Amino acid sequence: MAHSVRRDAPELPDFSLLKRLARDQLIYLLEQLPGRKDLFIEADLMSPLDRIANVTTLKQHDVDKLYKVEHKPIVSTSDQTVRGCFLYPLTNWFLFPDVVNADKAFGRFRRYKIIFSPQKFYACENLLEEQGIFGDVTTDEWSFYLLPLDDDIISLELPEFFRDYFLEGDQRWVRTAGSALHLLHSVYGPFSKVYGIGRCSKMAYESWREQVEEGEQRARQAEIGNVFLIDRDVDLVTPLCSQVVYEGLVDDIFRIKCGCVEFCPDVTSSDKSIKVMLNSQDKVFNEIRNEHFSQVFGFLSQKARNLQTAYDKRSGMDIKQMKTFVSEELKGLKQEHRLLSLHIGASESMMKKKTKQDFQELLKTEHSLLEGFEIRECISYIEEHINRQVSMVESMRLLCLLSLTENGLLPKDYRSLKAQFLQSYGIEHLLTFSNLKQLGLLVEQQPGETLTVMESRVGKLVNDKTAGKLTDAFSSLAKKSNFRALGRRLNLVPKSDEEYDLRVPRDMAYIFSGAYIPLSCKLIEQVLERDGWTGLEEVTRMLNGHEFAVTAGSNGSDARVKTDSQRIILVMFLGGCTFSEISALRFLGREKGLKFIVVTTAITNSARLLESMLDNHA
Amino acid sequence: MIRGKPDEDDYWNSSKFKAFTFDDEDDDFTRLKESKRAVNSIRSLVEEEDEEDDVEKVSWSGEPVGRKAKTGSFQSFSESFGDPSIRNYAPELRKPKSEYKDYVSDWTPEETVKRMQQGKVYSLEKFRSLQDKLLLLDEAVNAHDGNVITAVLIYLKKSLSKEILFRELITREIALRHYIHYLKEIGEQKLLVELFKSMDRTEDMALMQYRDHLNVRDENKKRDFLKNCLSFPFSPDDATHVQDHYTLLERQIIIEANDKQVESSGQADIFKKYPRKASILNMPIITTLYYSCFYHYGESDGTFSSPANIRKTFRISDKQFLLTCLGARAKLKAWFDVDALFTTKNWLGYTKKRSPIGFHRIVDILQKNNAPVQVLQDYVNLVEDVEQKISLAQKYKCHDVIINTYRDLKDRQQLIVYRGKVERGSSEYRKIEEILSNSQLRWKN
Repeated sequence: MAHSVRRDAPELPDFSLLKRLARDQLIYLLEQLPGRKDLFIEADLMSPLDRIANVTTLKQHDVDKLYKVEHKPIVSTSDQTVRGCFLYPLTNWFLFPDVVNADKAFGRFRRYKIIFSPQKFYACENLLEEQGIFGDVTTDEWSFYLLPLDDDIISLELPEFFRDYFLEGDQRWVRTAGSALHLLHSVYGPFSKVYGIGRCSKMAYESWREQVEEGEQRARQAEIGNVFLIDRDVDLVTPLCSQVVYEGLVDDIFRIKCGCVEFCPDVTSSDKSIKVMLNSQDKVFNEIRNEHFSQVFGFLSQKARNLQTAYDKRSGMDIKQMKTFVSEELKGLKQEHRLLSLHIGASESMMKKKTKQDFQELLKTEHSLLEGFEIRECISYIEEHINRQVSMVESMRLLCLLSLTENGLLPKDYRSLKAQFLQSYGIEHLLTFSNLKQLGLLVEQQPGETLTVMESRVGKLVNDKTAGKLTDAFSSLAKKSNFRALGRRLNLVPKSDEEYDLRVPRDMAYIFSGAYIPLSCKLIEQVLERDGWTGLEEVTRMLNGHEFAVTAGSNGSDARVKTDSQRIILVMFLGGCTFSEISALRFLGREKGLKFIVVTTAITNSARLLESMLDNHA
Repeated sequence: MIRGKPDEDDYWNSSKFKAFTFDDEDDDFTRLKESKRAVNSIRSLVEEEDEEDDVEKVSWSGEPVGRKAKTGSFQSFSESFGDPSIRNYAPELRKPKSEYKDYVSDWTPEETVKRMQQGKVYSLEKFRSLQDKLLLLDEAVNAHDGNVITAVLIYLKKSLSKEILFRELITREIALRHYIHYLKEIGEQKLLVELFKSMDRTEDMALMQYRDHLNVRDENKKRDFLKNCLSFPFSPDDATHVQDHYTLLERQIIIEANDKQVESSGQADIFKKYPRKASILNMPIITTLYYSCFYHYGESDGTFSSPANIRKTFRISDKQFLLTCLGARAKLKAWFDVDALFTTKNWLGYTKKRSPIGFHRIVDILQKNNAPVQVLQDYVNLVEDVEQKISLAQKYKCHDVIINTYRDLKDRQQLIVYRGKVERGSSEYRKIEEILSNSQLRWKN
């Protein structure tokens, strides 16, 4: 079951260096404020910080107390000279003045420093100035761009990227992405080739190039060869599919946060939940993470039998053998036993949850949507899902999948499904529908309008003063998903009548039970194979272009040397990627003797993606 | 890492720290930092001087970037007017070295944007003419840096009247979206509404205002707010939904007040038997319907709380109504009501069971609500597809259904097989025996 790694697969670079860099900079920032200080940490930053520095490190640098920022007056017993140091990601920065002003109202004058991570924005400083607290508050930034989550996963921990860029059209994170790339380039580069697709990818690429030109170049041995940048909106179908590989499923059900998951008592079969790190260090997990869920049970029970045999060896041992056994093997066995029972518990719990919600039927509907088969039945299924008030996010997910695969809903269906959705889940979701439409996730088909009609209408609008409508028309044109045509072109949906052996996957489709090859990963495979976009013209046209392939920095003589680094590919997802996609890329890597490193703005899944579209919190 | 962990607190409270005063340290440090910055900025000033000359040369050749690029006397007038520091100098005079300091902000839009990206000292004050401001904005957009785009927009917001700014943003989609997002983040609702209005984006405007109802806690105020929303220019479909929202909350307030009173007075059995778990305020329409089917079943159409009234007011589909009602009545084990839901009479007075959704789904829902076999089998019997009927009957152990179906199919073999599955001597066993020994029946096998 564990795939034999190709013998010549190259070694991955050591990314723990990135953690060290981040830690050193944090320490430097803390040292700039000598003496005792309290540290207030924004909730979103707690887990990433945990991966970088522990309490001991912080207290070594005179951090007195730690608090979670809660946007209410600070209750601190410490005297007024103690200063606060705030670690902020930028999600809630605009709430900060309330904290200080509340403090002032109490007649307290504490000195504050806000450290923004990964960067500060002019808008923040402006707000401090407008609120009259600029000066009481000083600012700095902690350029904590990259958090290695595993040997081959690096996250920017910017879950807000998706909404900010794709929904709001705010490019505040573009340079951040460029800087992250720049950091990787200067530590592990120089890269030899950069491929990409999507508007944001192109901008991030340009930002990176600029930063390369501004800085100095050091000649060094490259550890990463090629880079592939991809916008999340190039492929929105994949992250909306139910995940069925183990790691993805665990993420869908229990939500992995920063490489760590909290297993509920249900899993641990004890009275408390426990937090577990999920990465390649966990030997059991490492063997099942990329497997289709149906294969996991068999593997775990085999493993359990092996373990039993290993334990059983004890009988018939003499004292000396027993001693060696205890000192050499027992600890490993115990560790394995612990991990094994944990993952068996998790599998059972997931199985129970999925059986309860008729998972099979749900998957059947999803696969029909991907295949474009029995669409009316799918619509009735979705309708009933909505009528029975089953999970709101699930209903929304199915609606979006329907819209993306069918190039929008028929106006009649759109109106009826929207009305029923609002009845079942609350009318305030009008706002959600407006967001989904803006992003192109859930749209109405333009009745009877071919592309040319649309174009002539756009042409007419140019003369109109209502330019707002013009851009609307343009963006809806741009957002046509063309999923069916792409699927045919790239063979994304294998014929359903063929048997698919999940034990021996033949392609990346295994991550979706053989029903669909993720578009994102297929593009990467194709471009690497062709060393560029040649021959994919029709595909890129349907994906709305913005593709590029550039030979980067390194000079000709370097390029000729085929080093191991050439087979290490860094894939950067702008807007998030799923564990299923990572599994697919790992599979591709094994097939082609490559190693993929996934850099993502955040790990995402259907629930996270759709929850970021909700507007119904004040 | 969260406050209140005793062991950590212990450590913190006992931890020793070096005795010195912050302020001194800090000032030293600030001073150091400041002087470092000063040194750096001096260097850039010196460098800038050379660039300055270059740019000037370029400008004569007609390069269209920055202020130097523009030609004509008007430009030089406006600029010398705009910048008090150069007002006193005749343009042809070579600037004295000592005055370089005054030219700190003499950067082109491109240079300014670059400096902002790099976190260096910059100044926007010199961009005073509309044209300069827009050049700066366009340059920021070209640099793809949202942080800088927003910074420039903040400056434009402060230094341009909103009419002019709005007018210019219409043709600048990317800048516009940054501006909208910025206003959303800092909560400048009013300005946002004006912006949408000036751009004729009335639906966006309406939704933006509607969104504010989420901030209203008090239900009566919220109802009034929603009433006020009714006049907003929503799309026709959305207008209907918002009308529904208002009507719904209005009724929920009435129902809630009434039921709360009834419940506390202990007048109605249903509330005693099944105390309400939560208030019905702000619940979705379907939840309200369920509640109504649960607590107010059988009320006349005229009352706001009756299922029929809710169904009519909110145009609930037959299918949806049935599903919700079924769920509520099954929960109460009111099987008679469940039965009535499906019973229709034709003009001759015959009754027949009908359902807008397949009976197999009905069986499923009933089973999930723990309906007894006697109830379940009635509905299993109504499933049209014979195979589906049998498999459901087997799943839920409805022996009569299975036996009768095989008898009707004249399938002796299956009946014999099934006899082997039931308990010997049980009533269903005897029933099978009886049928098998019936000589009147003509078996097909």
